[in-house]
Amino acid sequence: MTRDPARTARAAAILAGLGVAAWLVVLNFGALGAVAWRAEGLTALRGADWAAVRFTLVQALLSAALSVALAVPIARALARRRFIGRGALIMLMGAPFILPTLVAVLGLLAVFGRAGLVNQGLEGLGLARLNIFGLHGVVLAHVFYNLPLATRILLQGWAAIPAERFRLGATLGFGPRDNFRQLEWPMLRDLVPGAFLVIFLICLTSFSVALTMGGGPRATTVELAIYQAFRFDFDMGRAAMLALVQFGLCAAAGVLAWRVALPSGLGGGMDRPVQRFDTGTAGLRLWDGALIVGGALFLLVPLALVVMRGAPHVLGLPVEVWHAAGRSLVVALGATGVTLAMTLALAHAVLIAGGARGAVLEWLGLAALAASPLVIGTGLYLLIRPLANPRDFALVVTMLVNAGMALPFALRLILPGLREVVASQGRLADSLGLHGWARLRIVTLPRLRRPLGFAAGLTAALSMGDLGVIMLFAEREGATLPMQLYRLMTAYRLDDAAGAALVLLGASLALFWIFDKWGRGLAEA
Amino acid sequence: MTRPLYATIAALTLAGAAQADTLTVLAPDYFGSSWGPGPAIKEGFEARCDCTLEFRTGDVLPRLMLDGARLQGDVIIGLGTDELLRARQTGLFADHGQDLSPLSVPVTWEDDIFIPFNWSYVAFVYDQTRLETPPASFAELIERDDISLIWQDPRSSGAGLALLLWVDQLYGDDALGIWENLAAKTVTVTAGWSEAYGMFTNGEADMVLSYTTSPAYHIMDEDDDTKAAAIFDEGHYFTGEAAGILAGAAQPELAREFMAYILSDEFQQMIATANWSYPSALPRDEWPEVFRDLPLPETAIFLTEDEADARRSPALAHWLDGMTR
Repeated sequence: MTRDPARTARAAAILAGLGVAAWLVVLNFGALGAVAWRAEGLTALRGADWAAVRFTLVQALLSAALSVALAVPIARALARRRFIGRGALIMLMGAPFILPTLVAVLGLLAVFGRAGLVNQGLEGLGLARLNIFGLHGVVLAHVFYNLPLATRILLQGWAAIPAERFRLGATLGFGPRDNFRQLEWPMLRDLVPGAFLVIFLICLTSFSVALTMGGGPRATTVELAIYQAFRFDFDMGRAAMLALVQFGLCAAAGVLAWRVALPSGLGGGMDRPVQRFDTGTAGLRLWDGALIVGGALFLLVPLALVVMRGAPHVLGLPVEVWHAAGRSLVVALGATGVTLAMTLALAHAVLIAGGARGAVLEWLGLAALAASPLVIGTGLYLLIRPLANPRDFALVVTMLVNAGMALPFALRLILPGLREVVASQGRLADSLGLHGWARLRIVTLPRLRRPLGFAAGLTAALSMGDLGVIMLFAEREGATLPMQLYRLMTAYRLDDAAGAALVLLGASLALFWIFDKWGRGLAEA
Repeated sequence: MTRPLYATIAALTLAGAAQADTLTVLAPDYFGSSWGPGPAIKEGFEARCDCTLEFRTGDVLPRLMLDGARLQGDVIIGLGTDELLRARQTGLFADHGQDLSPLSVPVTWEDDIFIPFNWSYVAFVYDQTRLETPPASFAELIERDDISLIWQDPRSSGAGLALLLWVDQLYGDDALGIWENLAAKTVTVTAGWSEAYGMFTNGEADMVLSYTTSPAYHIMDEDDDTKAAAIFDEGHYFTGEAAGILAGAAQPELAREFMAYILSDEFQQMIATANWSYPSALPRDEWPEVFRDLPLPETAIFLTEDEADARRSPALAHWLDGMTR
C-alpha cells in the first residue's frame, strides 16, 4: 500500500481545522450554553431589551456603512499615490483601532467634545457649538475606531491586484474609470461585504462607547443589556437569551454578506511592484491628496492629543505599570502565535472543505465577533471551575480568548490571500509534489507574508489592550497593563493613567509596526 | 544521609505551619495596587497577627454568586452597601462576632454579618473655577438651566445606583419628571465612574456624580483646591463598603481578628487617605485634617437593603421612562 502524500496532507489540514473549529464552538457556544445551563433555562426578553436590539442594529448598520464608504476612496487614494512617509502614515492611521476604547473616546472628545478643539474653534468664530453626544456621536466614534481597519483591509485588496493587470490596462488605454470598473470593482465586490460584516459585528457588541457617546440610556446596546442582566438583575437566563439574539443578528448578517460577496477572479501575478498609469491629472491628484489629508487629520489629531496628554507623565509612572506592560507583552505574543496557527489551520480547512461546509467553517471563524465578551468570560469560568481553579489560568485563558477574538480579523485577512495562492500556485505545487510542511514553507507562507504580518500585528496590538475576561479570573498572576490603567483611573490618578495609556499605545503600535513591517518587507522592495 | 532528611521534614512541617496561618482575603481589584489600601492593611494586620495575609483580587460579588459554596477564602472585603442583600442571600457568611459600638457611620448599623470599613456620600462634584455658584439643594439643581452634568448609569455603576435611589427617596412618584428634567441637563451617562470623572476633569461638564470625599484627593495629592462637592439641603445618599467572614473559612479565628482590626484606630486612621473616603469607626474630630475640613452633609439618606431591593426596579423604570422621553 502506498501512502499518497497529497491525501495525508489534506487529511492533516482538515483535522487541524476541525480542532480549531471545536475550540471556537466551545468558546462561543459552550460558554453561552454554560451560562444558560447555570441559569436553568432562558428568560424572555422585555420591552426595553427589544429597544436595545433596535438601537444596536441601527447604530451598527450606520457605523459599518459609513466606515466602509469612507474607506473605499481613502484606500484608493493611498493605493495609487506614492509619497514620502506613506508607510508611516498608513501604519499610524491604523492606530485608533488598537486603542483601548476608553482612551479612544477621551482622545475623540478632546477634538469633538464640549471643551474640544472643534468647539473652541467654533466659539472663536462666534458660531454655535456642536453637540457630539447622540446617535451621530456613536457613529462618529465607531467610524473613528473602524475606518482604520476598513482602510487596511481594502489596501490589502489593492495590493493584491497583480501589477500585470494594471500594465495590461495601460496598454489597452484604461483611464481611472476603466481601471475601477475592470480591476478595482471586482476586488471591492470581493472584499467590501466582508469588511462591512466585520465592522458591523464589532459595533454590534459595543457597550461603553455607545452609551457614553450616545448621551444616555437611549443609546443602550444589547451588550449593555447583557451586563445589566448579569450585574444588576443577576438574571443569567436573560443574559444568555440576549447573547443568543446577538448571535442571531450575526448569523443573519453573515449569510447576507456571504451571498453578496463575489470572488474577484483576477488571478495571480508575478509579484512585481505595482506601477499605476492612471494617476496623471492634477484634479485627480488634488482629490486624492485631500482624501489622504482629511483621513489623516480625522484619525491622527485625537491620537496626538492622547500622546500630548500622557507624555509628561510616562517617566513618573509607578514601577508596577512597567511590570504589567511586560506581562501584557507576553500575553500578546502568545495570543499572536496561537491566532496565526489557528487561522492558517482553519483557512486551509475552509478551502479544502469548500462549498457550504467551507462557509460554515468560515462563519464559525467570524462568530467570536458576535459573542458577548461578558458571556464568554462567565461561561468559561463556569466550564473550567469543575475541573480546576480558574484563577490559576488567568493569563493562559486571557491568551486563548484573545486568540479566539482576534481570529475573525486574521481569517478575513489571510483567507483571500490563501485562496489566491491555491488558485494561482496550487496546480504547480501539486505537479511538483509539494505537500504538507514543505508546501507551507516554500509556497504558501512567503506569499502570505503581507497578510500574515498584518494579522500578527493586529492580534498582538489588540490583545495588548484587551481588558476582556481577566477581571473575573485574575487573582495571583498580577495585573495586565489595561488593568493597571483602570486601577490608576479608579484611584483618581488621571495623570498617571494618561501616562499609562501612552505606554499602552506605544507598546501596541510598536508590536503592530514590527509584525507589519516584517510582512511588508518583501512587497515594498 | 539522615540529616538532610530531617531538615527536609522540618522544612515541610514549618511550611505547613506557615501555610496554616495564612488569612485569605477576597478583595476588589483596587486592593492589588501599591497605591490602594491593600499594602497598608497587609502590613498592619501581619504586624499584630503573626500570620500572613494574602489578598485575592478580582470581581468580588460575581465570584461569590458564581462560585457559591466552592468559594475558598476567609474574609470578603469591599462589598458595596447596596450589594449586601445579594451577598447575604447566598447564605455563605458567618457572624463577625464584633461589638459594633465603635462605628461612627451616620446611619444605624446593626448587622451581625457585615461591618462597613469606609463610607461616603454621593454628590455632584464641580470645579470652582468653572462653576461659581453651585446649587445648594437638589431642588435648585432642578430649577437651574445653566448647569451641565455627567453621571453614571445605574444599571452598570454603584454610584449611578446610589443616585437612582437618592432621587427615588427625595421625589418618589414625581421622579419621572425629575429624570426628564435631568436628562435635559445631562451631557452624557457613562457605564462606569472612571469615564465620567475623566470627562469631567477634561472639561466636558460642569458637574460630575462622584463623592463628597473626592475633593480630598485633589487637595492632598495634587495640591489642587479647585474641586468641591456641592452639598444639598435635602441630604445625601449614604454609600459604603463592607467586609464579612465566610462561613467556610479555614481560619475563622484569624478572620474574626481581622474584623476587629478593621474597627481598630490604626486601620481607621489609614483608610481615609488610602480609599479617599470617610473612616467608619472614628469620630469626625480624629479624621485627617483635610477630611475634617470638607463640608459634610447634615442629613444622611439611606435605605435598608430590603427597602433598596424593593425600590430598585420601580425606580429604574421611572428613570428609563424619564430619560428616554
